[in-house]
Amino acid sequence: MTITDPKISSNGQSDLSKSADLPEDADQWTAKIRHVAVEALPPQRLLPDRQPAYVASWIYVFGVTTVAALGVVIATGLVLSIMGPNWWHVSSTGLFVNSLHMWSVEVFFFAMVIHLWGKFFMAAWRGRRRATWITGVISFLVSVGAAFTGYLSQQNFDSQWISTQAKDGINSTGAGAIFNVTNFGQMIMWHIVLLPLVVVALVGIHVLMVRLRGVVPPFAAKGETPGADMAGADSDGATSRAEVLA
Amino acid sequence: MSADKAKTHKLARPFKQDRDIADWHGRYTPYDLAKEGLIALVVVVLLVTGLAVLFGSPDDTPVTVKSWSTANAVDFAATAIAELDGTSGTATYGAPYNTNGTAMSIGPISPQKWLGVHHPINTANDYVLGPLSTVANQPEVQAAVAEYKAASVDQQAAWTAAYEKAVADATFVNGNLVVPAGAYGPVGVIISSLTSMARSGALDGALLSSRQFYGTDYTKPLLFVADGTFLEGLAVNQHLAGDQWGMMNETGSYPGQAWLWLYTLWYQVPAIGNSDNADIQVFAIMIGLTTLLALVPFIPGLRSIPRWTRVYRLIWRNHYREVEGQGGGTSTSGSPPQVMGEVREPVTVSG
Repeated sequence: MTITDPKISSNGQSDLSKSADLPEDADQWTAKIRHVAVEALPPQRLLPDRQPAYVASWIYVFGVTTVAALGVVIATGLVLSIMGPNWWHVSSTGLFVNSLHMWSVEVFFFAMVIHLWGKFFMAAWRGRRRATWITGVISFLVSVGAAFTGYLSQQNFDSQWISTQAKDGINSTGAGAIFNVTNFGQMIMWHIVLLPLVVVALVGIHVLMVRLRGVVPPFAAKGETPGADMAGADSDGATSRAEVLA
Repeated sequence: MSADKAKTHKLARPFKQDRDIADWHGRYTPYDLAKEGLIALVVVVLLVTGLAVLFGSPDDTPVTVKSWSTANAVDFAATAIAELDGTSGTATYGAPYNTNGTAMSIGPISPQKWLGVHHPINTANDYVLGPLSTVANQPEVQAAVAEYKAASVDQQAAWTAAYEKAVADATFVNGNLVVPAGAYGPVGVIISSLTSMARSGALDGALLSSRQFYGTDYTKPLLFVADGTFLEGLAVNQHLAGDQWGMMNETGSYPGQAWLWLYTLWYQVPAIGNSDNADIQVFAIMIGLTTLLALVPFIPGLRSIPRWTRVYRLIWRNHYREVEGQGGGTSTSGSPPQVMGEVREPVTVSG
């Protein structure tokens, strides 16, 4: 007996795929959001296969390396979460996964700090990229908090010492009333739920902003007049490939 | 104001090199982001795996009240009497644990004081008298606790002062705490019994289980352990003390939280590190510096540092070599846009 999916037409094409051809209701919130999103980040700007020729330096590698390391941090953290906080203290496999987690954090920060200082010396906030810079700095700060709560959640001598030392700094700000670094349960929830969510969200926004504005161009070369061909003081200067090809 | 007028107004802003940019009209070259991302991921995985195989990660056994009192019963007893008479670090800490200490402040600013007590700890009751009240079948212990509680504050102070003086010369012989004789009333039995309880492991449980079965809050036992000198001694041996760049380090030779170097640096400055308000001063400095870092794009002078230092010429050295080799000024502002060698007409980018 042949079972036919009523949603599949005789030519084998899903009826759902035809929805793109249907007339749209422009007043719908959904349609408006789609228009805004596609206008801001058309596919060729979101995932470009061309970059301005000045995007040719090893320094550019550290942004994507940071994201890659964050992926490894999350993946190894997920394994540790699945097995529970005691696992890596009693299992050699668990200890190895913890080692992967720890070293991926070290690589993450190493790459992020180089990325940050690289962007500083490129003055990468120019051309309406100030929000991109600020989200990057905040991502770094929240990442420091995420790593810090990880060190507090280890349930070993390090977490004992770090928590009893860090409490004085946190308490001096008044934050200790809410954020108790000697409370293991609270710290591990911050470490595996709250702060990773914020880090991933911030990094996601940061990357989208990079795609939105493009990679910051160099300062004027010798012989060039700074701003001679400026489209406007509020220009991001990011001539997309789509615009170039237009 | 209409949108056109608003745009005209923006366009009229003077160009600032450290804030604004010119449009890029130069070449575009192939750049495979997905491929670069995958390669970066593979390299990171290999690097992390190599480091994990070669170096592993530290996992030193935590100190328990049992291990502390077993390793150094005299230090435990000296700490216990300080908890009983209210002179320990925790007993005199202040907010958020109690009201017995002076909160840190910078001038009139003292958020520690403003937010008050949120994790109340009465060291005499929570660390000494409370746990001993759970000891069964030892009437002499309960009698000592009852006698201590019933005494006047002055009497209690006289007993604990006498014991504090005596415990400085105490020894631990054949499983017993031997304290020189003195007029310390029931305090001798109290501290001796608490030491035995600690060495049996029962005190660890008593400190944790005081609230509920599934406890995850280690505030009380951690602060108790930290009040002694045993934990600190282990930390000093592992180069973890405050004057050894403290908590940015990790046991062993692992890199630890190296990204906290600037935070830890301020504690090494004598004027700050020796201050009674060091912690809030360091936090204030770091909050200020972090705010500056985040707001660099808005701060004239600070945002010019990249242009002044000219490190950017190293980063974009290929670009400058190409542009300036052509006589200058032809790539970004004069030449028509090209993609893969194709010459295009100039385009204008709207902001």
